[in-house]
Amino acid sequence: MMGNENKPMKLIYYPGCTLKNQARNFDVSTVSSMAELDVEVEELARWNCCGTVHALSSDNIMNRVAPVTNLIRVKEAQASEFMTTCAMCYNTLKRANIEVKKRADVLETINDFLSLEETKYAGDVDVLHLLEYLRDRIGFDKLAEKVKKPLEGLRVACYYGCLLVRPKEVAFDDTENPTIMENLITALGATPVPFPMKTECCGAYHTVDKPEIIAERTDKIMGSANEEQADLVVVSCPLCAFNLDFRQDDARRLNPDFHHLPVLYFTQLMALAFGCDDSALRFDLHHIDPQPTLAARGLA
Amino acid sequence: MNTTLHISSARLGDPFVAQIEKISGQNLLACYQCGKCSAGCPMAAHMDVLPNQVIRLAQLGMREQLLAARSIWICVSCLTCNSRCPKDIKIAEIFEALRQTVLRGGNRADHLEIRELTPEARGALPPIAMISALRKQTS
Ligand code: SF4
Ligand code: SF4
Ligand code: SF4
Ligand code: SF4
Repeated sequence: MMGNENKPMKLIYYPGCTLKNQARNFDVSTVSSMAELDVEVEELARWNCCGTVHALSSDNIMNRVAPVTNLIRVKEAQASEFMTTCAMCYNTLKRANIEVKKRADVLETINDFLSLEETKYAGDVDVLHLLEYLRDRIGFDKLAEKVKKPLEGLRVACYYGCLLVRPKEVAFDDTENPTIMENLITALGATPVPFPMKTECCGAYHTVDKPEIIAERTDKIMGSANEEQADLVVVSCPLCAFNLDFRQDDARRLNPDFHHLPVLYFTQLMALAFGCDDSALRFDLHHIDPQPTLAARGLA
Repeated sequence: MNTTLHISSARLGDPFVAQIEKISGQNLLACYQCGKCSAGCPMAAHMDVLPNQVIRLAQLGMREQLLAARSIWICVSCLTCNSRCPKDIKIAEIFEALRQTVLRGGNRADHLEIRELTPEARGALPPIAMISALRKQTS
């Protein structure tokens, strides 16, 4: 369902807090590249933090309130679906949604707790990740038509981490060997490399108080991308990005043979290929500067 | 840890076992100890008790050993084990139930002290890291 010639499609967008802080490069590249695809992205009004992690304990209803409040805001925006790009937001919002659709008692408790809200949640909103939106609603073939600067010669390792593919009920691709990002970057003209570590966990929040674990993970994951002669790694999660990019110095201390590689969001590669200007890329927010690598491929 | 276990059937009906099963929503006895969860666990190298051993100790109601294990704070809920277990056991949920048992214990057993981080570290860390670490490790 592409928009008709002169009227862009509208899509409600949930950015999440990290995209308004350290990961502004993810936010601006999303909005700019969607405009190139004639999709008008409208930021959800009054969104709140989703809570970042789905509580795995069956009796913790409190942690489901934050995601459900966002689903209410989507209804209040007269929409029945919305899109997010952060893998953690996606996972948390989607899991809460699946759960309240399945467990009427949990939904009732949450609606009771939110009794001051004018809108009740009834399981009537769908959570979409941008990658599945691009594949299923735009189509990678249509997306390829918008490419102004093909990313020729650029070797890309696509990193999924955990939350786009696990658990199965939230995954929009194969859980062990997803290929949706490879298909996207192929449409942009780049070359995906084989990447055996693509769904291996980066250590997530251990970055706060156990950075030595992240150093070990970053060394293994980025080392595998380097073995495949990748120019860079793309991700869909600001926590993966922080760990794999900003913890590279720690990985280097652990392993003197560690080779630095830039880490980009898949939306930055889209913005680059669609010819968006530098303000849509925000390479100043990276630890390892992607510009020399891109310049070597004639892309910066 | 001490490798000698004194096993008795009395522990199987232990309230601790029932509590872990209730919070996690899992049937502990479904596990037949194939070890697949531990084989694929990205955190195994940093653990003192491996995931399959955690399940075994939980089946047997070894409360003290489990609640003192470093492993329960090392597991990051990546769900690799869950997606590969041939018995569809949600191992990550069992780890969560163990963390929750410690955190709900009444004596503020938080496993993360934000005040111990330097202001520079706190300033550099993105909200996604801080919020998830706090949600997982504090009550
Ligand atoms: S998961 Fe992270 S980025 Fe997403 S809303 Fe929550 S804190 Fe923000
Ligand atoms: S790879 Fe790390 S940060 Fe990314 S989704 Fe997995 S645990 Fe989270
Ligand atoms: S993979 Fe499942 S059945 Fe096998 S040891 Fe782990 S929990 Fe038990
Ligand atoms: S969820 Fe925990 S135990 Fe399971 S594989 Fe991941 S880190 Fe290991």
